[in-house]
Amino acid sequence: MNTPEKPTSPLFLDFWSGLSQNNPVFVQMLGLCPTMAVSNSLENGLAMGLATTFVLLCSSFLVSAVRHYIPSEVRLTSYILIIATFVTVADMVLAAGFPEISKALGPFIPLIVVNCIILGRAEAFAGKVGPLRALADAAGMGAGFTFALLLISGFRELLGSGSLLGYNVLGPRFEPWVFMVMPPGGFLTLGLIFLFMGWRMERDMRRAKEEKA
Amino acid sequence: MNDLAWIFFSTVLVNNFTLAMFLGLCPFFGVTSKVDNAWRLGAANTFVLVITSLSVWLLNTFLLAKTPFLRTIAFIVVIASTVQIVEMIIKKYLPGLFRELGIYLPLITTNCAILGLALFQTTRNYNLIQGIVFAFGAGLGLTLALTLMASIRERMDVADVPTMAKRMGLVLVVASCLSMAFMGFAGLGSQ
Repeated sequence: MNTPEKPTSPLFLDFWSGLSQNNPVFVQMLGLCPTMAVSNSLENGLAMGLATTFVLLCSSFLVSAVRHYIPSEVRLTSYILIIATFVTVADMVLAAGFPEISKALGPFIPLIVVNCIILGRAEAFAGKVGPLRALADAAGMGAGFTFALLLISGFRELLGSGSLLGYNVLGPRFEPWVFMVMPPGGFLTLGLIFLFMGWRMERDMRRAKEEKA
Repeated sequence: MNDLAWIFFSTVLVNNFTLAMFLGLCPFFGVTSKVDNAWRLGAANTFVLVITSLSVWLLNTFLLAKTPFLRTIAFIVVIASTVQIVEMIIKKYLPGLFRELGIYLPLITTNCAILGLALFQTTRNYNLIQGIVFAFGAGLGLTLALTLMASIRERMDVADVPTMAKRMGLVLVVASCLSMAFMGFAGLGSQ
């Protein structure tokens, strides 16, 4: 951003909402399939988060820029086509520049097309506002998604392989908890995060009630 | 024949689309509060999966051999139109079923299980018969996972659980246990 922004400007709010109170994974529960499928190592999680953010930024900008020219009857089809185009770009860039990551993520890169976060933002936000706000919102949603992926994949890699980004952290005497990098570990990690959030919400509500009494 | 049976059982049980490969989680968490809805949605998905498998085979064999970079776009367009056609056919000939499925029918388009099937079928080079068996197995596996989850959630509704687990937390932990149970099938078909 070339202009310094006050923390309360709408652009910043658009960005911040995706990161916190409207976090796509933890609050809206969108895009769960890629969240769990590729979060068995921090590297995969980071790559998936960045690829999705790229597609989100490009497609939100384009959807917002051409929003006056798309008749509303065919808007979903047009959005899907725009998204699929950028996903193909991301897929080819990854395959050319980072063949190892591309191989590890496999079909989950093309599957970004059906990530409900992207179509959801195009339909609920980008198709209704100007390109600048759409970009800010996409950046926030992308950052929120990447943050969620980093949290889950970091937890799973740390417990499941005893390492972070491939570097051994917990030392040679740590017995890897292989369960965590297998499919059930994904469900369990997200379940634990939801339980923790539910516990905090309940505690806050109880405290508010006690203060009132 | 042996090969076909292996594809079928490995897709239904060992590599279950929902519980082992995380495809189609949206309906898995969204629609599984009632057993009736769960298996109906599973049946509709199976139908779309089989038709998609057929169309993807046609596309791969006759159109996309020289232009593999168009795959993602071509697949999603074919899936969207397939769902639309299925919706129209069911509406015309089976209006009762159409009313019962309601909004779930168009939502099948954005179910990643369908696009996932198309992509896996392509990367594994399945022929027509293998593809259809694969699609049928995937649909059956999806229906199985949806129905199991819905049955458990119906029981959970009447159970007394702590407030902090009332929302999605407990559902995800239960999904983890289901997924763990399905890992037990891994010994069935190790290739």
